[in-house]
Amino acid sequence: MSLGPNLLLALLEGTLAAFVLAVTALGLSLVFGVMRVVNVAHGEFFMLGAVLAWAFSQVIPGMPAAGFLLALIGSPIVVGAVAVAVDRAVLRRLGYEPEATIIATIGLLYVVQQLVLTFYGPTARPVVAPISFRVLFPWFGYSGYKLIVMAASAALLIATWFTLMRTRIGLVMRATQFDRETAQAFGIPVDRVYSMIFALGAMLACVAGVLVVPIQQAHYLMGLDPLLLSFIVVILGGLGSLRGTVVAAFVIGLSDGIISVFFSPTLAKILATLLVALVLVFKPTGLFGARGR
Amino acid sequence: MMLTLTGIDCFYGNVQVLRGVSLQVAAGEVLCLLGRNGAGKTTTLRAIMGLVRPRAGRILLDDIELTALPPHEIPRHGVAYVPQGRRLFSELTVEENLTIGLMARERGRATLDRVIGLFPALMERRRQIAGTLSGGEQEMLSIARALCLEPRVLLLDEPTEGLMPSMIATILATVKALKSEGVATILVEQRVESALHVADRVTFLENGATRETATPTELHADPSLLHRYVGVGLRGP
Ligand SMILES: Nc1ncnc2c1ncn2[C@@H]1O[C@H](COP(=O)(O)OP(=O)(O)OP(=O)(O)O)[C@@H](O)[C@H]1O
Ligand SMILES: [Mg+2]
Repeated sequence: MSLGPNLLLALLEGTLAAFVLAVTALGLSLVFGVMRVVNVAHGEFFMLGAVLAWAFSQVIPGMPAAGFLLALIGSPIVVGAVAVAVDRAVLRRLGYEPEATIIATIGLLYVVQQLVLTFYGPTARPVVAPISFRVLFPWFGYSGYKLIVMAASAALLIATWFTLMRTRIGLVMRATQFDRETAQAFGIPVDRVYSMIFALGAMLACVAGVLVVPIQQAHYLMGLDPLLLSFIVVILGGLGSLRGTVVAAFVIGLSDGIISVFFSPTLAKILATLLVALVLVFKPTGLFGARGR
Repeated sequence: MMLTLTGIDCFYGNVQVLRGVSLQVAAGEVLCLLGRNGAGKTTTLRAIMGLVRPRAGRILLDDIELTALPPHEIPRHGVAYVPQGRRLFSELTVEENLTIGLMARERGRATLDRVIGLFPALMERRRQIAGTLSGGEQEMLSIARALCLEPRVLLLDEPTEGLMPSMIATILATVKALKSEGVATILVEQRVESALHVADRVTFLENGATRETATPTELHADPSLLHRYVGVGLRGP
């Protein structure tokens, strides 16, 4: 293949990576932005999404599309419930202290990983994509499923934006983010809002995990990469800025995709890290970071 | 209707800030809290809102025990708060700030129109980000947001801080108008003149404890309490 088709393929792969990363990182960004909690276990919710997708696909064998649809609905419900339980049982008891919640979510990371290792095992398992058509370009065929993942991710990003900016519950979430105490003085049950935000963040990671599992296979250690990349993206975009997170996801995702195709994935990671370091040197608040609060 | 505090003790960590604070305010009455910086005025209001939990004492709104409720349920009983320093949701628009106020007691269009009627300047600025309003406009918005609850009890913490005289007059006029509608108001105020102008009674706070309560007439006749608790005479510092 010559340069042009190669570049097209790299762009497609980069866009796919960017969309999945944007959805995952948005969850992390939301939780940090509203709750000031650095959720080190965020990648485990991604992994749980993938593993649960595999489990749900086993419920309806021989009907990949139905099994996948079940996973797409069931996994976020399970993960959301887990997140609410973690918020109530752990984070709330720690008073959302930044340092304490970092330690607690590190613990959660290992607990989830070991539970999955125990009950699911160390093997990577594939899940059949719900559709199998390929889009035929003159030079190569491209998985139609990957295009659907991009569309679904875009829809999720828009839905999240719409919820936050255009609905009453979104307004309540933003008010809680800006001033927790005053929110309470206006009848907002901030405890419940925090549970909802933590669940929403976890469910975004989970759906991203469900969406990639037909491409990537489900494995109990698969949460690490999305976690690191999400951190990079959230910091690069500016702490607490959802728009910055999405933009940064595209910067990192696209460059990662392109550099990986033309050079090597390792170089891509090195350059991404270097980029973050440089941005932080010249603009410590990140690309879209607001004034410090 | 009556808001009653009896024997309230509050702590920040292990430091006791309120010691047996007791006071009362009835419907259609303005109670002014006076005291030096750090006397515990703000903490008293925060205790009523449930934002600091008293370790002892009771706060009753008629027969509802506010001290037993979670903080977010207190405004639903009609207690509205204008915090010191305004505490707007500064990155939300004027309209969104007011919507939050309306949502607290599920009030609608009619309430909003009434509140905007009191502060027409807010109407023109309803799409503006609250943090970019001028100081006076921010204070109006903070009060307007509280009035969106159609409160029975209104807590105002230094609402005239840093404002020009005409704006202060507007705010004091609003307090009087609300009083005639039967709202019970607790006003924390540094400006003794303003305080005596609107208050029915003045309660002095010193080192976290409530001391004497007096009427403006009594204080005009004998300003020695003012000297003792806020260190000023009647013609300003
Ligand atoms: N969050 C807090 N943590 C610890 N101590 C506090 C806190 N808030 C207030 N204090 C202390 O409690 C005491 C009473 O404070 P409060 O804000 O109630 O005073 P105030 O009468 O409102 O003063 P001012 O006129 O300056 O507003 C002060 O000594 C203050 O330092
Ligand atoms: Mg104060």
